[in-house]
Amino acid sequence: MTPIRPLRPQRPVGIVGYGAYIPRYRLPAEEIRRIWSQGKGGLPVQEKAVPGLDEDTFTIALEAARNALARAGIAPEDLRAVWVGSESHPYAVKPTGTLVAEALGATPHVQAGDWEFACKAGTEAMVAALGLVGSGMADYALAIGADTAQGRPGDALEYTAAAGGAAFVLGPAQDALAVIEATYSYVTDTPDFWRREHQRYPSHGQRFTGEPAYFHHITHAARALLEALDLEPGDFAYAVFHQPNAKFPQRVAKMLGFKPEQIAPGLLVPRIGNTYSGSALVGLTAVLDIAQPGERIFVTSFGSGAGSDAMVLTVTEAIEARRDRAPRTEDYIARRTVIDYGLYVRYRGKLNK
Amino acid sequence: MEVPRHWRLKKQRYALVGEVCPSCGAKLFPPRDVCPVCKAEAKTLYTFSGRGEVLAFTTVTQPPAEFADQAPYVVALVRLEEGPTLTAQLTDLGDETPYIGMPVEMVTRRLRTDQGERGVIVYGYKFRPRLQPAPA
Repeated sequence: MTPIRPLRPQRPVGIVGYGAYIPRYRLPAEEIRRIWSQGKGGLPVQEKAVPGLDEDTFTIALEAARNALARAGIAPEDLRAVWVGSESHPYAVKPTGTLVAEALGATPHVQAGDWEFACKAGTEAMVAALGLVGSGMADYALAIGADTAQGRPGDALEYTAAAGGAAFVLGPAQDALAVIEATYSYVTDTPDFWRREHQRYPSHGQRFTGEPAYFHHITHAARALLEALDLEPGDFAYAVFHQPNAKFPQRVAKMLGFKPEQIAPGLLVPRIGNTYSGSALVGLTAVLDIAQPGERIFVTSFGSGAGSDAMVLTVTEAIEARRDRAPRTEDYIARRTVIDYGLYVRYRGKLNK
Repeated sequence: MEVPRHWRLKKQRYALVGEVCPSCGAKLFPPRDVCPVCKAEAKTLYTFSGRGEVLAFTTVTQPPAEFADQAPYVVALVRLEEGPTLTAQLTDLGDETPYIGMPVEMVTRRLRTDQGERGVIVYGYKFRPRLQPAPA
């Protein structure tokens, strides 16, 4: 076997600005259970974030990106790439990246495009941005993970399929509020979850989504990166894992040797649901909202299909001056209006007139 | 099909890009290239902060066909911090009731689609109640 080599840029790179967005509406899981299983059975989350009638992946990505740019304190024209990872782009053909770049004022001298890898499209865009900045070809690149996830009415995924997003401006490490020490990706062809062309809702492999998919990829990516950097779970103040429900990230953290208090600040799924491409990344924004200079953060995403991106970050002193330039993730979580299943059906366009 | 018009208006619609008069300093929205205050040529672009307050509002229950999916909705006159007044939908009201003087901020949202499911999606400015910090 070839030795494991983590991805490290030629010049050091970090997060210069970050931002999140979560829609206002919340659907309690109890409400779904009332409709589909007579109020009986366990619940994977407390409630999930539901987008309003006028929201989609572009509008979510844009607000997260505006927050990231505000924290970065750079001009939009300084961005050399605007990349949006999602599985719910508003257009099948016409990149969300073009809309975000235009609305930010980053056009026309810019790369723009969309990434797709189920729930890890956002971290995939980050790794690409790391390469672009790390090679010296660009000083700043914007990577976004955002989704308005759809769950088939009555399916297990309906409890968790939520909406939200996170955006990161990557730039030279000397400008960063958190330096990206290295990343490592682990990918196989594993059909645990998919959506065919023209299908409205995804399909999944039931229990197959657990061991061979989520747990296998996250543990392999995470262990390989920790080993390559000679680090242990105890070296980190925080850890964030992809969070399709409340149980999986807690279990994978335990398998890897992380403690509950290390994952608690970034474990948002019980309160907002699974924001898909935003999932681990929105968790990372909540951690950056409270992290102190010098603290290490471990992040591992998971995307069905399947793969994981693991990432090690170290927070710098720049975080203190930039944190309050945009709303914190908790501000969006606290702004909540509970809706019932009927209004949810209307907001998500599940009624055909 | 109004694709060229949507394309032409994208800057002002997505990000409240107006103009500032180089001679008297008045901020203009929508952009009109001639200052209505001092009549000087005013072509310098200016991006508005997006903060403002509600001057007047009404609830639309009998909407034009292309807005029918979102009705009932609230349309307001919003005075921007920098001076100009514009008309826009209020969004994300949740359980809040709009009032005259309500502090609002701009967000970019779906306005409508041009020609239904097959047409382009028209995005533009709306205003929501200003986001508040979470209670500590």
